[in-house]
Amino acid sequence: MIKNFLYSQKVAPYVFVLPFVLVFIIFWVYPLLSSFGMSFQKVTLGQEAHFIGADNYTKLMGDTIFFKAVRNSAVYMLLTLVILIPFPMLFAVLINNKSMWAREFFKSAFFFPALTSVVVAGTIFRLMFGEMEGSLINSILGVFGVEPVKFLKGQTTGFIALVALATWRWMGVNMLYFLSGLKNIPDDYYEAASIDGASAFQRFTRITVPLLKPTTIYVLTISIYAGLAMFIESMMLWNGNNSPKNIGLTIVGYLYRQGIEKNNLGYAAAVGIVLLLITMVINLTQLAFSGMFKKEED
Amino acid sequence: MKNKWFISLMVLSMIVFLAGCGKSSSNSSSGESSVLNGGAGEKATELSYWTFVELHGQHFEKMLEKWNAANPDRQIKLNVTVMPYDDMHNKLSIAVQTGVGAPDIADIELGKFPDFLAGDPQLEPLNDVAEPYKGTVVQSQLDLYSKNGNIYGLSTHVGATVAFYNTEILEQAGVDYKTIVTWEDFKKAGIQVYEKTGKYMGTADTSATWQASLLLAQQNSDFTDADGKPQVNTPEMVRALTMLKDLQDNNVISTIAGGQPDTEEAYGEFNSGNYATAFMPLWQMSRYTNYMKDLSGKIAIAPLPVLEKGMHRSYGGGGTGTVVTKTAKDVQLAKDFIAYAKLSLDANIEIWNTLGFDPINMSVWDMKEVTHNPDNQFVKYFVNNPFDVLNEIREEINLIRSTSASPTINNVLCTVTLNEIFEDGKDIQKALDDAQTQIEQELK
Repeated sequence: MIKNFLYSQKVAPYVFVLPFVLVFIIFWVYPLLSSFGMSFQKVTLGQEAHFIGADNYTKLMGDTIFFKAVRNSAVYMLLTLVILIPFPMLFAVLINNKSMWAREFFKSAFFFPALTSVVVAGTIFRLMFGEMEGSLINSILGVFGVEPVKFLKGQTTGFIALVALATWRWMGVNMLYFLSGLKNIPDDYYEAASIDGASAFQRFTRITVPLLKPTTIYVLTISIYAGLAMFIESMMLWNGNNSPKNIGLTIVGYLYRQGIEKNNLGYAAAVGIVLLLITMVINLTQLAFSGMFKKEED
Repeated sequence: MKNKWFISLMVLSMIVFLAGCGKSSSNSSSGESSVLNGGAGEKATELSYWTFVELHGQHFEKMLEKWNAANPDRQIKLNVTVMPYDDMHNKLSIAVQTGVGAPDIADIELGKFPDFLAGDPQLEPLNDVAEPYKGTVVQSQLDLYSKNGNIYGLSTHVGATVAFYNTEILEQAGVDYKTIVTWEDFKKAGIQVYEKTGKYMGTADTSATWQASLLLAQQNSDFTDADGKPQVNTPEMVRALTMLKDLQDNNVISTIAGGQPDTEEAYGEFNSGNYATAFMPLWQMSRYTNYMKDLSGKIAIAPLPVLEKGMHRSYGGGGTGTVVTKTAKDVQLAKDFIAYAKLSLDANIEIWNTLGFDPINMSVWDMKEVTHNPDNQFVKYFVNNPFDVLNEIREEINLIRSTSASPTINNVLCTVTLNEIFEDGKDIQKALDDAQTQIEQELK
């Protein structure tokens, strides 16, 4: 009986996808539905939850700190996109070039930061961007006669530190994605183009960039998500979730502050749902524009 | 047949593997843990204790030895876990509210305490064990951690706020700290210090409310009204911050790395003699002896300057309530032990000896052999005896209330408002009005 069941061609596929479906339902669908429900309730751990309608959302719409967090996350995401897509692509092309010197060394050197824990990296960057004269960046600026800068107390300077951390950490990872994308482009195309007299720049713009499109879209999609969901980097850089004037507060940071620090889980759930909506809208638009939903042409 | 064996083997190995996973992940809480034995025997009950101040563990270690010697049939081993401030409170909050994974005993900081009293507190009332000590300890310190007549936390100290002056810098500038009575005197002295030495007299705190609190307490005002409602844009608050801003504009005080004297960056700044004064609760002494060793023999303690002569010269700042959670292994044992370790006369003497805090049993303040013991590290470190100052101001220690609005008020002032005023020079009234609006919005 069991043997028949397991060997049945109709049943087998379902059995094989079952673990994935279960994981998806238990760790994604259920929490999503439950936090959707929670976002309409007043939930304080240890107390009885009760339904309060759309109060959490109306409160959220009047919450200036939440909008500050949304703005911070959006700016961070845009900056990381602007830096962490073109530059890794360029470096990948350079490293992929056979005449490049010490290619393997550069590959590992760029990738190394990704292996470092965010906690350690964030702490080191916090010390580097410290406001005292003796901290690394200020002592370098001092050589050029620049007065010490309070990096982590200003909006712009704070973001310089934050984006520097992201760049240092993720450059190598994105480069690796592009490198693997480049491996899929046959050398013949370049040879043919060279024979036809295409310059290096033309080869890059006419062959490399278009053929890297699937990789670029993938990197773009995960970068949008990662940018909007950033939390630990900011938390480590400012040594806690409370940066001066909330300059480093992100949407997830705000969710954490409301849900965990203030034990207001219903409100935090509303923040989470809004974050999900923002991410979905941006990513789906982006994917639709880049034609990822079209059927592959034969 | 072979297949069956193979499948059975796979299933078996999966179960073993999964079971292994389950075991290894249980009972792990990050932070540094150590088990204090305190001379306990085999039968001792092991209680877990979470704190965010490493030094508190040292005090409990001493009291544990005494407890175990005095109670051979109720001995305790204490499993102490030290975690960073935010981490510990967040973890404790979740553990206590869900009823899973909480320690038996924990320290909760005054600013976070109201969060734990929300709704139906998941902490054990301590009235029965505190009762025997009523009358010997400062009543307001018991009230501080109470709700509806139930005491939920046992205080560690009064936290009388004083001025810590670096006498070396002041001597260079020709200033005598003993002549500073009002903030006006402080300003004059500060201008002199800046002109002569180029150093700042004090700090303009952006990440803590010690200064705002002490100036409100001097005016008998508070961050909340009698009903516990937030009021941060009162005339008293405007007066306090205007005075501080004026000091900043005259180079008397300046913002400090870390945002306030009780941070690692600030210890470095004080240690290198860049700031001459800190206005902090008395427990800051332990920071001097532990983290600012270079200043030994140079720091004098004095009453705070006042806005007008005759105002109260101190207030009780900060504090930690030690609690017993509802899920404690042995509730009565835990309660009896913390009462003994924090409220008994012996405990209060040790709190001074080990931690350098001003004990809440004020009869200790009069015990000259304890407070003036020449071997005591704090007596050795400071220029004058802390208790000479404490006894001078003992009738002048006001309190700032801790209400359910306090954590939010604190958060808004310390992340936004004080930074806007001292870093960006935003108009004080405007900054405080904005803060009031934000706080009301968050408390809706």
